[in-house]
Amino acid sequence: MKYAQFLLACITVALLGSATAFAAAPVPHIPEPEGAEKCVEPEDVMRRQHFEFIKHQRDETMRRGIRTSKYSFKECINCHVVKDEAGRAVSIEDDRHFCNACHSYAAVTVDCFQCHKSTPAEPKMGSLEQPERSLAGLIERLETVSGARR
Amino acid sequence: MSDPKKETMDQGRRRFLGAGAAAAATIAPGVTLMQVASAKPDDQPVSDKNRWGLLIDTTKCASGCDACVQACNEEFNLQPQHGPRTDPHWIRKVEVRDTATGRTFSLPMMCQHCENPPCADVCPTGASFRRDDGIVLVDRHICIGCRYCMMACPYKARSFVHEEIPEEDKNVNAPRGKGCVEACTLCVHRVDKGRQPACVEACNGDGHKAMIFGDLKDPGSEISRELKKYPSTQIRADLRLNPGVFYKGI
Repeated sequence: MKYAQFLLACITVALLGSATAFAAAPVPHIPEPEGAEKCVEPEDVMRRQHFEFIKHQRDETMRRGIRTSKYSFKECINCHVVKDEAGRAVSIEDDRHFCNACHSYAAVTVDCFQCHKSTPAEPKMGSLEQPERSLAGLIERLETVSGARR
Repeated sequence: MSDPKKETMDQGRRRFLGAGAAAAATIAPGVTLMQVASAKPDDQPVSDKNRWGLLIDTTKCASGCDACVQACNEEFNLQPQHGPRTDPHWIRKVEVRDTATGRTFSLPMMCQHCENPPCADVCPTGASFRRDDGIVLVDRHICIGCRYCMMACPYKARSFVHEEIPEEDKNVNAPRGKGCVEACTLCVHRVDKGRQPACVEACNGDGHKAMIFGDLKDPGSEISRELKKYPSTQIRADLRLNPGVFYKGI
């Protein structure tokens, strides 16, 4: 009987110990994406292979001019944007940036942002990126801009 | 012969048939024109059925006007800072004076998008390359910044990024970073969407209309019709690089 009590006590201590250990372990906090419900691939696939997709698309776009949005780096940035208190997208220099969530946890350097912009492109009125040359296009763009600010 | 599918399948045969193929090309323009007028679908690769080029009329290019340069700087967030030796110059205005006659004129000079680009020949990593549609680019992902291409280019078209680009100056259309060589991309991000390069748009917007952008392989395009009608020059044609940029009045 005493032996059984001792065993129970041991198990309880072990469980409590492991529970506290779990709570203390730094788990990366992955921010939720803003743009879409689902990523272009299931989460487990993206976790392991996201860079293969991006790199493949990189060569397709650079060399062959294929500009589909599915694995586009631009779209990753647009969707996985993290905003600060003021509602501005945080850059890679901020710990809260989507890529930093895992990359600083795993101590893997991201080189992409030496050249690439780590936040979505801000719509510029000067450079006519979208068909806003027409009045209708311009109004539509203004609406999306003001909608995004709200 | 007039079946465009058949022509794409057998380019060699088409060349071999010579005169016959030329006849087919004159039948085809209507078809080709439609393809150029609408943008390439995003999921389709570029092809050698197009060759993008520019025609620059130096008689219309105003001395002192740098609308094209400004447009380029704005399009790519290029920030001139420390003078011509280190500043990015994707496009620059050159003032020319004929010493014999005293005639002066100015012209924009940029990457000439050669058919046989010497920059690509000397590149040790394959970063400099020519796309199938004739646009010469630097793949910055594999550029090691050796600058051989800058030495090889007879047009002094390339520049080197000496300093880190601050986050706020980064551009989504043409990401650029310290330690890579860069040059005019013929606004490839616009061309792939069926639009004109920023410099051409600015020149037209200013009312000078000194620059025409288009498909050199499409006999119906404005650039091809102009080239057929009026004399034009490729700069340093003696090097046989076959640049895609043509000049009038030089």
